[in-house]
Amino acid sequence: AFAFNRAAFEAKSVADAVKAYGGGAPVESKDVTLTAPDIAENGAVVPMAVASTLPNLKHLLVMVEKNPNSLVAKFDVSDAVEANFSTRAKMGQTSDVYAVAITKDNKAFFTKKEVKVTLGGCGG
Amino acid sequence: MARTLIQAPASARKGEVVELRVTIAHPMETGYRPGADGRVLPRDIIRRFSCRYNGEVVFSADLFPAIAANPYLSFHLLAGDSGTLEFEWQGDNGFAQVERRTLQVT
Repeated sequence: AFAFNRAAFEAKSVADAVKAYGGGAPVESKDVTLTAPDIAENGAVVPMAVASTLPNLKHLLVMVEKNPNSLVAKFDVSDAVEANFSTRAKMGQTSDVYAVAITKDNKAFFTKKEVKVTLGGCGG
Repeated sequence: MARTLIQAPASARKGEVVELRVTIAHPMETGYRPGADGRVLPRDIIRRFSCRYNGEVVFSADLFPAIAANPYLSFHLLAGDSGTLEFEWQGDNGFAQVERRTLQVT
């Protein structure tokens, strides 16, 4: 009923997903921030927030590298919203989490953070 | 109809940045998980969320299987004119829901 980006959906790696949304090779940047816990006791609900102070933003992506589909969410930025979004994600295992900002001239900037997932869900 | 929870202020000053938080009751079945009978459950997720402010799309997001059940999103909107906020979810198996809130800008 509505179009979606198949290449992005099937993207297995961070670089593939960025390419699917038209971004160039991602560069690490301090202007993208990712807020996530150091240790997630329950991998089914991991709060994550992304924000960026870069101008001319088009998309903000959240990715978990070791998930079967690495993309978690793609946020579209417009002039009427601040580039500061949060959501909750699932994580299958301990992995690096990436926040990627894609600007209108198709440059990509990222930041990453490792989130440890405790198996068993009992904090052991 | 799925249950939704929308945290939106009823009024704001012009130019103020307001935080909007939305959740919707939905299992967000990933399509990777086996069910009780050992067979993999088919995927059933919400694919897209969008927010319109006086008819214009101000925020939208594509959601993927890694979003936790009962998808929660928060974002910050710049209050312009008084009007309606329209929240729309679309997903697998024809899932579609629209909720409306009015925002009074003074």
